[in-house]
Order: sequence, then structure tokens, then C-alpha cells
Amino acid sequence: MTKTFVIDGKTIPFEDGQTIMQAASAAGVYITHLCHNPQFTPHGSCKLCTVNVNGRNCSACTFPASEGQNVTNISKELNEDREKITQMLFVEGNHFCPSCEKTGNCQLQAVAYHLNMTDNHFPHFFENREVDASHPDVMIDHNRCIFCTLCVRASEQVDGKNVFAISGRGIDKRLVVNSPSGLLKDSALDVSDCAAHICPTGAILIKRTGYSVPIGQRIYDHAHIDAVALASEGEAHDH
Amino acid sequence: MQGKSELMTYFAQQLKVDIGCTRADGLVSLQSTSCTGMCDQGPAGLVNGYALTRLTPSRIDQIVDYVNRDIPLTQWEADLFHVDDNIIKRDLLLNEKPLKGQAISATFARGLRETLAEIELSGLRGRGGAGYTTAWKWTFCSEENATQRYVVCNADEGEPGTFKDRVLLNSYAESVFEGMTIAAAIVGATHGFLYLRGEYLHLLDKLESILAARRAANLLGCNILQKGVDFDIEICLGAGAYICGEESALIESLEGKAGIPRNRPPYPVTQGYLAKPTVVNNVETYVAAANIAIHGGAWFAKLGTAKSKGTKILSISGDCTARGIYEYAFGTTVNTILADCGASDVLGVQVGGPSGVFIANDEFERKIAFEDLATGGSFIIFNNTRSILDIVHNFSHFFAHESCGFCTPCRVGTSLLKKQVDKIVEGHGSAGDIVALEELCQLIKNYSHCGLGQTAANPVLSTLERYPEIYQAMLKKISYEPGFDLDKSLETARRMANRNDAAAHLAQVEN
Ligand SMILES: Cc1cc2nc3c(=O)[nH]c(=O)nc-3n(C[C@H](O)[C@H](O)[C@H](O)COP(=O)(O)O)c2cc1C
Ligand code: SF4
Ligand code: SF4
Ligand code: FES
Repeated sequence: MTKTFVIDGKTIPFEDGQTIMQAASAAGVYITHLCHNPQFTPHGSCKLCTVNVNGRNCSACTFPASEGQNVTNISKELNEDREKITQMLFVEGNHFCPSCEKTGNCQLQAVAYHLNMTDNHFPHFFENREVDASHPDVMIDHNRCIFCTLCVRASEQVDGKNVFAISGRGIDKRLVVNSPSGLLKDSALDVSDCAAHICPTGAILIKRTGYSVPIGQRIYDHAHIDAVALASEGEAHDH
Repeated sequence: MQGKSELMTYFAQQLKVDIGCTRADGLVSLQSTSCTGMCDQGPAGLVNGYALTRLTPSRIDQIVDYVNRDIPLTQWEADLFHVDDNIIKRDLLLNEKPLKGQAISATFARGLRETLAEIELSGLRGRGGAGYTTAWKWTFCSEENATQRYVVCNADEGEPGTFKDRVLLNSYAESVFEGMTIAAAIVGATHGFLYLRGEYLHLLDKLESILAARRAANLLGCNILQKGVDFDIEICLGAGAYICGEESALIESLEGKAGIPRNRPPYPVTQGYLAKPTVVNNVETYVAAANIAIHGGAWFAKLGTAKSKGTKILSISGDCTARGIYEYAFGTTVNTILADCGASDVLGVQVGGPSGVFIANDEFERKIAFEDLATGGSFIIFNNTRSILDIVHNFSHFFAHESCGFCTPCRVGTSLLKKQVDKIVEGHGSAGDIVALEELCQLIKNYSHCGLGQTAANPVLSTLERYPEIYQAMLKKISYEPGFDLDKSLETARRMANRNDAAAHLAQVEN
């Protein structure tokens, strides 16, 4: 007999070793997430996937599924708090969506839409962050980095290169590039690397490809992030 | 707290260097540090990692003279580095000075299982803060199917206001090591670590020589006391961050990685150091375990309350006549403690450090116990000359500075909280700001990844609950005020336009 647990009244089958996120995704239940991507080891840092498991808040992307768990994924309180966590990510960096090449394809923006976020709520930090345009094919705009470490994990786990790391503490956390000069041009990054294409926001962009898909015809211009995520990631979780 | 800013200014003047800078000759730089675990003999500093205690202007003059003449640290007057134990009240644990090897011999004589049963009977719970039952932790670790296990002593002692582990390591180190050895024998570990707070560098040589003597006496190493148990202890110096005291961050740090708390489960008892089952306990927990091994569980459990057995060693600092180490049976009231340490005209006490709770002076009949006022040992007294908002302001800056930055709610939240508290303390708060403050606190508390974030809002929440009127009094009688200083943000524009007339300034809001 397959083991099951319950999310918002729906019975979800799972196998030992699966996280709540993996089992939910495979069963067609979307849980908001940003730092999670089924291709890589879960990180558990953005906290957008927080669900309530038997009365306790847990990160669905790292918390193991177990028999009989009672999970709340959708509630007014959880969604309002996820919205505030998203707002925290917006005020921490500098996200001018209308002028960002990633607009419409950006998961941060799409999650904000999904949570009906209409303003930034918190005061802005207006941190002075750099743009690294030194590499011939790839650029980093640190203003848009949310420290999800997907590029770090992709470079390490797929490209076998360790081009990226996160350094510093607290609000001074920064994405750093592993090269003698600290610049992308002196790193081992190649435009064909997985790490160059994995960023959920507009922090890592490929040069000379901007606006090849016009605004208005982009992924989240037409579909909600829950549907997009379930279509692409539900499958990945099955394997 | 103890005239720090005046002394710092004096230091800077005498050394002729700005705070936060290195002097032109490269000989010296001057920086501000957070709590270094010397609150009973402050003001204190660190030079090349070594603690300088009881700083006064004349001691500063002496230091400046040494620096300017480039005298090596080894030739500085020893008294500058002298760290007193300041043990003021002793009970069960501090009265005991067992013979070297006594706890280990008693454990072997009684049997390992039987000793674990005594520790369970004693009701001993972890002294590092969370209060997990020690015997269970050891049992779970021993039951894991593994080829290697580890025992770790958490001597990171980073919670502001605690210094009792420093004293235990200085004067009761044998018991600490015996406690670790007993744990190792019981769970089946052959290797142990003492994770020593970087600021306690002054203890390192002494601890290393104690370990060497224990090896020579066959109390560590191979086949301890010919009982077939192998165990040795390695000392690792901490990375100097409060977060490294959190057990999974500590383990990451031991593995040579950044001090970032892990996702749990798995917990350290199943997958800790190098993914092997690992017991992490506080210094005091090991001292208690060693004494329980000698005297039995009932000896320990005769003191304390139903849920909190035995005694607790407190580090008492702040506004009182006798700062230092006090050992009390659990269940002792705050009133009793305040009377013993000579505190008068008390405004409130921060029990359990910044992550604990601030109690007001109508709550002093409350008790030190896991079920009432839980504490890792920090007990900071504030008298009526202190301002609640200053205290909260300091603590909120502490957490924003110490957040490791891994998770969004704590990384961004503690910095937002610091801004929001600053806004109110500086008199820019308006009606909605208290609600916003509380909302932010709940968010950080409920969504953060580890204990640091989950408790970072406690100073605000516990004072907001007790002194709402103090917060209210700081608010302006307008409905909204922006979080930034409008006039100040025009400074660059004024400089560029070379203007400073009245029309180049803007009032924040119409008052
Ligand atoms: C931010 C943070 C800092 C901590 N610092 C310490 C510390 O300095 N010493 C300590 O023993 N425990 C500390 N702890 C608690 C440890 O995570 C752990 O619970 C403890 O070492 C377990 O030992 P015990 O069961 O003997 O208390 C800290 C926890 C957190 C969340
Ligand atoms: S650059 Fe992008 S992928 Fe990398 S950590 Fe930042 S947001 Fe994540
Ligand atoms: S709660 Fe704070 S200290 Fe803990 S993991 Fe999150 S950012 Fe780091
Ligand atoms: S998706 Fe789980 S914490 Fe980011």
C-alpha cells in the first residue's frame, strides 16, 4: 500500500525519502517556491515554500513527507506571509521590473503576481549593488540577486565548475564569482553552462539575446506560475 | 554598557587612530567588538585575539605605550590579561572538585548502561538553551546504525551576557573533559571536539596542557583505564560569530564550512559531523553529567523543580554590586537573585540574553526554570537609569549584525526590524508604526530557519507587551511618516548644486 499524507484536505501519495514539495508537485499541488528547482539539492533558504505541518511551520522543499502528516498549504495567513516574504526580497534588492530584460519571464515577479502583491510594503534598502558586464557573453546585475544559490548549485552540480558562491553575512550577503579578479570574465563560466541559464530573476542574463521574445509574449504574460511550475517540475520530480 | 563609548573615544585619541581604521604606520587598528564574554570584568577588549580586561584610562595609557613602542604581547604586563573567575555563589556543581578520573572510574565501575540510567534519573536537560533531555540525546545517538560517532562540546558561548562556560573551562575543565569522555563511552564515539569561542583564546594553552596530562594518565587516548574505550578530544577555535553556537552551524564550521544552520531533519544525533551521529552538548551539561556519574542521579534531582532538576549556573552582569557567577537550584526567584547580587532600583532583567525575555519589576517572583524563565545562563540587570528603548535598540542591532543571512525572513527581517526600531526610537514613528513593528516581529519569529531568527524579535515583543506606553510616547501625532529622511536624501543634490539656502531644504511632513 502506498503511503499518504494530506495537503489542504487532498490525499497525496509519497515514497520514502521524498520531500513534501516533491510529493505535492508530482500530485499536481503547487507550493510557492523560488530557491527550489527539482534538478538540484534543495536549499531551504527563501522560505516561500513554508507550509504548516501538524501545527508547525516547515519548508516544504526540505521537509520529508511522512505518513499521516496534515499539511496546510493554502490559508489566508500563509499566503499573506508569503507575500510579505516576497516583498522583503523586493526591497532588499533593486527591482525595476518595467526596465528589466527578464520581465515576464521572471519567477520572482511571477510569484509576486501569484500572491497578488501590489506594492513593496516595506521601506527600500536602496543598496548600492554592482553590475558585472565583463564577460563577453554573460552579465550579472547584482541588484536583482535574491541569493537563491541556484547558479551556485548549477555550477557545482551540473557544470562541475564552482564558478559562484555566496559570501558575507546578514544583509551584506553577496553573490561572488570564483576568479582571481572577482570578475566574471576571468572565471570558468561559459555561455553554454547550466549556471548561466538557471537564474529565476534577471540577475544573470545572456548578452545579445535581450527582447528576442517581445514583452507581452513571455512565459508569465500568459500563464500563472503554478501552472508553469507544475507542467515542467512535476515531471522532473517523477524521475 | 560600562562607559564603553567614552573609553573608546579615549583609546582612539591616545592611539591617534580613528575607530574602525588602521593607523598610518600599520602598527595598530582599532575596532569595536560585541560582547566578548567578559561582562563581569568589563570594559574589555581583545588584542591579537587575547582578552584585555577591566579597562580604565590608566590601563589604556599603558596599552598605548606598549603599542607605540612595538612591544610584543608576551612582554606586556600579565595583569592586563588577567581574567578572574568571579564565582560568588556555589551549589551542587561548583562545590565539587572531583579527583582526576573519578567520574570515568565511577562510570566504568557502575557500568555504561547503568550510568546512562543515572543520567536519565537525574532529569538533566541541556544547559545551552533548548533544554533537551540529555539522556535521550545520548540514547538516540547510540542507537543509530553507524561506524563512527562524535561527541562535541559547545563552548561557543556567544549569547551576550554569558561567561559561565569561560569560568567552567578555566577552573572545572577536568570535569568538562570527563563528561565528554563518559558521553563518548556511552554512545560509542572515538573522537570529540571542544568548539572554543575565539574570544577565549587565552584559555587554549591551558586546555591543551590539561588534555596532554589526561592522555599521559590514560584518561584519554587508546584503551582508557584498560576498559577498552578509545577516545580523544581536539580543540577547535570558533569562527567568531554568534550563529556558530547553533549546533548545526557549529558542525558546519567544524567541517571547515561557513557557519550556516542546516536543514532539519536530519538532526545532529542522526547525521552530524561528517554526516555521522553526533552528540552536541553545552559545557555545563558535561560538568553536570560528570558529577552525576560520581554521585548518582538522585543526588542531582533532589534540587530543582518537577520539570527542571538540579542547578543552573548564571552569569550575572549589569547594574549590581557583585557581577559574576552564581549557581542556583532551579526554582529560585528573581527577587532572591537580585538581593544576592546587590541590585537595587531595578527596572527589569533580561533573562536568557537577547533571545530570552525582558521581565519587568512586577514579575520578580518568577522562577528560573525551563517552565518559567528558561535561560542558557545570561542574566543582565538594568536599573532605573536605563531606557527600555535603548536596550531594544542595542539588541535589534545585535541581531541584524549576527544574522547569517541564509534565510529571507531573518536576513531581510532583522535589518528591517533594526530600521523600524531606529525610526521609532529617533522619534520619527507615527500611528501605524507600532502595528507594523509587531507584524514584522511575528513574521521573523514564525518563518525564520533557525533559533537565531526565531528569537530575534523577542526583545521587541517582550518589551512591547510590557511597556506599550513607552513605545506610544515616542510616536508623532500624525498618521504617517516615511521611513527615510527626505531632507537628508537631498544632501547630494545640494552639494552638486552648491546650494544650502532655506529653499534647498524640505520639511519631512507638515507638522
Ligand atoms: C543562535 C544560537 C546560538 C547558540 N549558542 C549556543 C552556545 O553558545 N552554547 C551552547 O551550548 N548552545 C548554544 N545554542 C544551542 C545549541 O544549538 C544546542 O542546542 C546546544 O549546544 C545543545 O546542548 P545542550 O543540550 O547541552 O544544551 C545556540 C543556539 C542558537 C539558535
Ligand atoms: S544570481 Fe540568480 S541564481 Fe544566482 S543566487 Fe542570485 S538570484 Fe539566485
Ligand atoms: S534565522 Fe537568521 S541566523 Fe538562522 S539561518 Fe536564517 S538568516 Fe541565518
Ligand atoms: S523553496 Fe523552499 S525555502 Fe525556498
